[in-house]
Amino acid sequence: MSTTADILETAEATVCQPPSRWQVIADKTFRSTCQTFAWLTVIGIVFIVVRIFMAGVPAMREYGPGFLTGTTWDPNKDAYGILPEIWGTLYSSILSLMIGTAFGVAAAIFLSEGYLGEFVFGALRMLNLHFHPFWSHLPQRMEDLLRNLIELLAAIPSVVYGLWGIFVVVPAIRPVCNWLHLKMGWFPLFSTDLSGPGMLPAVLVLSIMILPTITAISRDALTSVPPKLRMAAYGLGATRWETIFAVILPTASRGVFGGVVLAFGRALGETMALAMLVGNSNRISVSLFSPANTLAALLANTFPEARPKEVAVLMYAALVLLAITLIVNILGAVILQQTSKSQQGAH
Amino acid sequence: MGTLDQRLPNPADDMNPFAEVDFFDLEKSLRRPRTLVSVLLSGLVTTMTLFALGPLFSVVWMLFWRGGHKLSASVFTQLPPSALEAGGGFGNAILGTLVIIVLATIITVPAGVLSAVYLAKAKPEDRLAQAVRFAAKVLTGFPSILAGVFAYGAVVLLTGGFSAIAGAVAVSILMLPTILLTAEDAIRMVPVKMVEAAIGMGATQTQTAWMVLLPTALPGILTGVMLAIARGAGETAPLLFTSLFSNYWPTSNGHLNLMQPTASLAVLIYNFAGMPFENQVELAWAAALVLVLLVLITNLAGQALSSRQVR
Repeated sequence: MSTTADILETAEATVCQPPSRWQVIADKTFRSTCQTFAWLTVIGIVFIVVRIFMAGVPAMREYGPGFLTGTTWDPNKDAYGILPEIWGTLYSSILSLMIGTAFGVAAAIFLSEGYLGEFVFGALRMLNLHFHPFWSHLPQRMEDLLRNLIELLAAIPSVVYGLWGIFVVVPAIRPVCNWLHLKMGWFPLFSTDLSGPGMLPAVLVLSIMILPTITAISRDALTSVPPKLRMAAYGLGATRWETIFAVILPTASRGVFGGVVLAFGRALGETMALAMLVGNSNRISVSLFSPANTLAALLANTFPEARPKEVAVLMYAALVLLAITLIVNILGAVILQQTSKSQQGAH
Repeated sequence: MGTLDQRLPNPADDMNPFAEVDFFDLEKSLRRPRTLVSVLLSGLVTTMTLFALGPLFSVVWMLFWRGGHKLSASVFTQLPPSALEAGGGFGNAILGTLVIIVLATIITVPAGVLSAVYLAKAKPEDRLAQAVRFAAKVLTGFPSILAGVFAYGAVVLLTGGFSAIAGAVAVSILMLPTILLTAEDAIRMVPVKMVEAAIGMGATQTQTAWMVLLPTALPGILTGVMLAIARGAGETAPLLFTSLFSNYWPTSNGHLNLMQPTASLAVLIYNFAGMPFENQVELAWAAALVLVLLVLITNLAGQALSSRQVR
């Protein structure tokens, strides 16, 4: 005859037991391993930044701030300056940001307003299929498809965009550009002709590459605007675009802005498409058709054949690029973080 | 609307409160500028979205048109041709890309997933977790060429030569944030009930992680890995001066040699795109088609997996 105490005792021995010593050790090991890897990630990133910084220091000591304002790059004369590259990097990024933002935000509005879904639904209603078990899902599916197609733009490798730029964009825009130069050459933006690679094709391809970033982040910001606000605006009699301009865009503006800043960081650091399309010419020009150079393209084109002396100088250029992109990226991350915090109470 | 408000308090004045409402004013008609502007802007946004998609179709069309007819079995098995040679292929570049990607995945996945487990289980006020998250977000915008610069300084100079390993290190820097951030999201999405059930049954944190968290979050984690692979495979800039390029197979004496310059599809496209020879340009297009197919299939597989995630 077993008492309750006996049962409990047997149960304790078989089912309810504290973790064995091995389990405790395994648990502690695993948890500290996870923590170690988390530390390693942070340390690794700090190490990367420090490493690039340290590599640039010798050249920094030798050439000082004059490196940033010099305009010649001649390894034979030992004269190095990256002002044209800094100018090219900022100029190409800002131009492509303007184009990319216009189209990216437009696409984000198109997606968040559900235009395509409405259109497909309207077409289905005309065919009287809008409650059909299969076809009624079509509007949502088309919306998803469109979103994925825009995200696929980001999946295409930049070197493929470069190839496409050389063989499609440049021949396509060349006649237009040369006509513009001929007729309106007095205008600074058109002051040179497009003889092949140049600023405009690079900017066009770059804006396509940053568009998905802007669209994805803006769309998130636009769809997270509380529906109440939209409904209130409609209820007051506002049209769709009065609602968008007066309510939705201002509410989502910080998210959109964060996306634009992140895209700016992308554009500054983008390498391959620019290395293939921008023309690698060491000059400062406001003309859209003139060849130019950017920091990243300079690194990509010069590094593989550089002599040790030149490598040290290139490290300095890399450091400048790192500083510019880090500032822009951290700014973008902070803005986005604050946006998500400020929207937490809005729902 | 203003007229309606003013009239309502004084009903004796007029029996019909809507007498002075201009119904034409309430009508939604294209003749009214407000509506017209709205419709025009809708049209503008639609056109701009279509324009934004244009390049995608153009790229895909050109890839199949110019790269498609060059594709044949020999392209996958032969070595790149020299200047005026006919034929040739990029078999070594495909193998090189695969080798670099596999190495980079081996480096990144353990670090990314284990850090993500730590992040997902950390308290919100955990400083380390905040630092990791912030660092990963900053790294998503890290210029790819700088990853190459780092790997050049840290690996190429240290080991004394260009190698597949150096390329893999550079690529893994760019893959890490995607894997880490997606894995964290996936682990966070595991229902709290399941975790609490496991802990309630007496499982240790580690047992919960291995038997509940990771298996449940696996589709999401794999999505992140796939997206990272898709991104890594297309990266060119970090490989330019880490794994360099080679016209030969990445083997020596019949064994894979990771310590020598290795060809990759992306660098092959870059090198051949600028050449004045028709054959090389055609090969660049064919390689671009293969690379894009590789990237897109990985990408789509990853997205298909994410739809299987338990929510």
